[in-house]
Amino acid sequence: MGFRNDLELISSWIKPNSKVLDLGCGDGYLLKMLAEKKNIKGLGVDNDINKIKLALKKNVNVLQLDLDTGLETFNTQSFDYVVLAQSLQVVKNPDKLIKEMLNIGEEIIVSFPNMGHWRPRLQLFFKGMMPVTDALPFKWFSTPNIHLCTISDFVGFCEEHNLRISQRVIVNKNQKSNLLIKLFPNLFGEVATFRLR
Amino acid sequence: MSLNLKTSVLKVDQPLELKSGKVLKRYELAYETYGVLNNSRDNAVLICHALSGNQHAAGKYKDDDKPGWWDNMIGSGKPIDTDHLFVVSLNNLGGCHGSTGPKSINPETNKIYGSDFPIVTVEDWVNSQSKLMESLGIAKWKFVIGGSLGGMQAFQWTLQFPDKVEKCIIIAAAPKLTAQNIAFNEVARQAIMKDPNWHNGHYLEKNVIPNQGLALARMLGHITYLSDDSMKEKFGRDLQKQKLNFNFDVEFQIESYLRYQGEKFGNSFDANTYLLMTKSLDYFDPIKDFGSDLNTRLSKTCSKYLIISFTSDWRFPPSRSKEIMKLLIHNNKNVSYSEIDSSGGHDAFLMENEDYFEIMRNFISGDNNGV
Repeated sequence: MGFRNDLELISSWIKPNSKVLDLGCGDGYLLKMLAEKKNIKGLGVDNDINKIKLALKKNVNVLQLDLDTGLETFNTQSFDYVVLAQSLQVVKNPDKLIKEMLNIGEEIIVSFPNMGHWRPRLQLFFKGMMPVTDALPFKWFSTPNIHLCTISDFVGFCEEHNLRISQRVIVNKNQKSNLLIKLFPNLFGEVATFRLR
Repeated sequence: MSLNLKTSVLKVDQPLELKSGKVLKRYELAYETYGVLNNSRDNAVLICHALSGNQHAAGKYKDDDKPGWWDNMIGSGKPIDTDHLFVVSLNNLGGCHGSTGPKSINPETNKIYGSDFPIVTVEDWVNSQSKLMESLGIAKWKFVIGGSLGGMQAFQWTLQFPDKVEKCIIIAAAPKLTAQNIAFNEVARQAIMKDPNWHNGHYLEKNVIPNQGLALARMLGHITYLSDDSMKEKFGRDLQKQKLNFNFDVEFQIESYLRYQGEKFGNSFDANTYLLMTKSLDYFDPIKDFGSDLNTRLSKTCSKYLIISFTSDWRFPPSRSKEIMKLLIHNNKNVSYSEIDSSGGHDAFLMENEDYFEIMRNFISGDNNGV
């Protein structure tokens, strides 16, 4: 689960006893960890029934809803944090979703795989084919990832929509940073995690 | 492990004040139990039945050709596992399978109640079920579960007795009926009350039953329990005989199926009970009933909820289950929701389905410390 190390980072940002909504929660790993370590009250959302089964087994509260339509369920400012970990790229309207998240939560946390990393860039440049990487292992015709972006794209989006970035962490797939990533995050970063308000 | 089937009867001598204002001075509740109540008395669960259900939910009596109505769900090694749980299943008040109802003798007149039996509501049922709970020495249900009208009872339990239900499983239900739902119920009632054997509900005194009307009501009901796809799958346009006969006899298999189901039901179920059950569905509206008190009630409940709907259910479609889900989320409750892919229509809650059963198992077996 190398690429899910972003969950450890996200967890470190969340205050104890808070209320957390995890969109695309998968098997409920993050919420389970947060409940045990930080006594948070969590709620997960996923549209895959097999993930719902796993989350229920972990005793995580979880709703089988579609992220593209299901967020009307939640009231304005009803959570301290709304998390979208590595699911931004699978929704139909990422811009709408982020706005909805900001409406529901006091703070939102978004992580995504960086398409600007040199490996996908090289694949596209030299092979002339859609990149297939460890983080994004699907071929173009079967990928659920329909809205991939680069770190620069995301920062541009935040500026355009006046979203305040309070923190960003950009790392490689081992969840480590290094000098190259610090100098050229959009070229050497593989996973980006942003805190927005 | 065998279920050791037997029907027990609880006699309650305390009067039950009904929502209608009427009072039942005493009443009986027929019930079955499966599994063993443990020493700490904390493994008891309550099964609430739907419109035409009864106490016989699981297992098979020696001479019966069919097991109880939820036998695929309840039993040894099944999602509601009788190896670990003590399962209580009763016939609701007003029923016709042994609990006091329209077929019982009215102690005030020494005649059969018939249509004089007072209309009971979901709220009244929950009150009467709590008497059964007391008599069995159970302080808290591990969970209360039901589908359709049974799900409404499960939900009502958590509002009426907020500290007595650990988990609540509401399947294929709605927070209240729509005009369309009530309309279907009204046609069913009219079918019964227009039967020449109806006699204003006192048919038993005349030694007849309005079985034709009840059969029609059941046929109509059945259509709403199935989905277009499940009917297509099961019957299609298949004919009883190889060719069309150009008359009004049974020609298509769906006709034969509906007539058979209607006839069987018309001769075995009580028409007054059917009327009463449909009324209690129509009246169910806890959000309105509790009004501003609803949020207080919900704030008190310690229950953890699981809400399940089925994609092809058009009687109580997923959107109706989501209404309950939203209400609970807005009240900060521990709630999970799953929408099962099934072509079974409303009746899907009674059918075996891998996803459905695994969701149930995982929710039931998870410990109680909600995240």
